[in-house]
Amino acid sequence: MTKLLSMKEAIERFVQDGDVVAAEGFTHLIPFAAGHEMIRQKKKDLVLCRLTPDLIYDQMVAAGLAQKLIFGWIGNPGVGSLHAIRRAVEKGLPRPVELEEYSHFGLLCRIQAAASGLPFMPLRNYRGTDLPSVNESLRTVQCPFTGEELAAVPALHPDVAIIHAQRADARGNTQVWGLLGIQKEVAFAAKKVVVVVEEIVNEEVIRSDPNRTLVPGLIVDAVVEEPFGAHPSYVQGYYDRDNDFYVTWDRVSRSAEGVNAYLDEWVYAVSGRDAYMKKHGAALALRLKPEPHPARPVDYGLYR
Amino acid sequence: MALAAAREIQDGDVVFVGIGLPNLAVNLARRSHAGGVQLVYEAGVYGAQPIRLPISIGDPCLVTGALQVMPMAETFLYFLQGGRIDVGFLGAAQIDRFGNLNTTVIGDDYRRPKVRLPGSGGAAEISWLAKKTVILLPQKRSKFPEHLDFRTSLGFHEGGRSRESLEAPGGGPERVITNLGVYGFDPETREMVLEKIHPGVTLDEVRAEVGWPLRVGEPLGETELPDAATLRLLREELDPKGIYLG
Repeated sequence: MTKLLSMKEAIERFVQDGDVVAAEGFTHLIPFAAGHEMIRQKKKDLVLCRLTPDLIYDQMVAAGLAQKLIFGWIGNPGVGSLHAIRRAVEKGLPRPVELEEYSHFGLLCRIQAAASGLPFMPLRNYRGTDLPSVNESLRTVQCPFTGEELAAVPALHPDVAIIHAQRADARGNTQVWGLLGIQKEVAFAAKKVVVVVEEIVNEEVIRSDPNRTLVPGLIVDAVVEEPFGAHPSYVQGYYDRDNDFYVTWDRVSRSAEGVNAYLDEWVYAVSGRDAYMKKHGAALALRLKPEPHPARPVDYGLYR
Repeated sequence: MALAAAREIQDGDVVFVGIGLPNLAVNLARRSHAGGVQLVYEAGVYGAQPIRLPISIGDPCLVTGALQVMPMAETFLYFLQGGRIDVGFLGAAQIDRFGNLNTTVIGDDYRRPKVRLPGSGGAAEISWLAKKTVILLPQKRSKFPEHLDFRTSLGFHEGGRSRESLEAPGGGPERVITNLGVYGFDPETREMVLEKIHPGVTLDEVRAEVGWPLRVGEPLGETELPDAATLRLLREELDPKGIYLG
C-alpha cells in the first residue's frame, strides 16, 4: 500500500491545530519544506518540540503558529540568537510563547521513554542546578537496586513526528546516512509519522542495504517526495548546509518586519518547495553541491 | 584563547567538542601536538576528521571520514553517561567563582528575562558527567558576577567538597580560558585562581573584569605565545576565512 502524498495533503491530514509537533533533525535533515507548509496552512496553537528549535521554529513562531516550545537549546547554531523566538518570549510578539526547557540529554530521554513504551526514563543529571526549579517534569527517582537517587523525565508522545531523509520506498521504509539525530526515537514515540525524502526508491533498493533503514514503514503514515526539502539545512551527500542563509537570517530576523518580508516572499508567495527552488534558480543547488565521496560497498552475502 | 584551550588536550584524550571556539581549539590540537585525540560531537559522531572548519556542531564535514556515526541517544547514553569522555568543552554567558555556568537567562525573573539565552543544550550533562571540563568565554565583569542569574551547569557548586557531596560522576572544571588569561581552581576551596595572563594584559585589567575579589596564583605566569608554525596552521589552514579568529 502506497503512502505517497503531496506535502500539502500530508500536512492537511496529519497536523491538526493544537498538536504536539516534533519536526526533528539535528542540524542535518531539518524538514523546512514541511515547516513552510504548516505556515501556509496557518496551523494554530501548536506545541513545537525539537532539541534545537533552529530557524524552522523561529519562522513558525514568527508566523504565530506556536503556543509553546519544548526544547533543549534555542539558538542559531554557529551564529547567535533566534530573534523571533526571543521577541515572542521577551515581548510576547506576535503572541506569547511558553517555554518548557530541558537539556539535550533530558529531552531525548523523554522521547526515548515514549518510544520504548515506558512512563519515564532515569538519567544522571541536574543535581545542583536550577533547571528542576523551572520545570516540574525534571524529577528524581530512587533506584530499587542500589538506592541511589537519579534524575527522571516523563515520556513525551508527540501527536506527529515529521522527519526528512535521503530516501524511502512508497511504504515508508526510510534510509538515512550522516547524522541521525533523534529521528528514529521520535518516529517510534509519535502517534503519526510523516517522512519527507529527497528520493522515492523501489523496495529492492531498501532491501539491498537493510542496515541503513532508520525508520521502518510499519510506523510511517505518509511519505512525501520533496527534493531540497531540507534547505537551508542540509542532506548528507546531496547538498551542503547553507551557512550563508543562517548568517543572513540573523540580520533579517532582528525585526518583525524583516521576518514578515521573508515569509511573504519565500513562504506565502510560493506554492511549495518546487516553486521555492525555481525562485532561487539553479545557482543555489550548484553552490551547495558536494564532491562525490561514496562509501565502499559491503557484501551482505546471499544465503540459500 | 584557542591556543590555550588546545594546550589542555593531551594526545589520546576523548574530547566532547562544543560549538564555537572549542571547534577550532580541538582541531588545532589534533593537527599539532595531539594527533591521537578522538573528537566526539554530541550530534552523534566519534573520531571526526573534518577537512574544513565546522561552522556548527552538526556540519556534514564531521561525518565524512569519521570512525562512527550514531544516534544522538548513544552519544549521551554510552559515551557521556557511560564515562568515556575525558574532556568536555563549554562556553557560557556567566560564570561564578566556583565555575558554575549560566546559559539560560539574564535577569532576576526566569519567566520575564531581560535576555533569553539559548539554554543548556548538552552543557548540563557535559558538566555533570565528563571527567573534566574546560570553559571558554570572553571576559567581562558582567559575565563574571558574584552570583549567577541562573545555574544551568554545575561547576564546583558552593566550593569545597560540595560537588563531591552531590556525588557528581565527573570531576568538574579544570580550566577557564578567557581573552585576558587562564584560570585554574584551588584544590581545597575550589575557587577560581588566575594562573596566567596573556602577554600585554595587566593584572589590574583582569581584576576590573571580575565581579568578586580575585585570587591570583603565585607566581603568576604568562601565556606562551604561539610559534610561527602554529600561527600558520591556525590562520592558513584551520580558519583561513577568519570565522573564529576575526
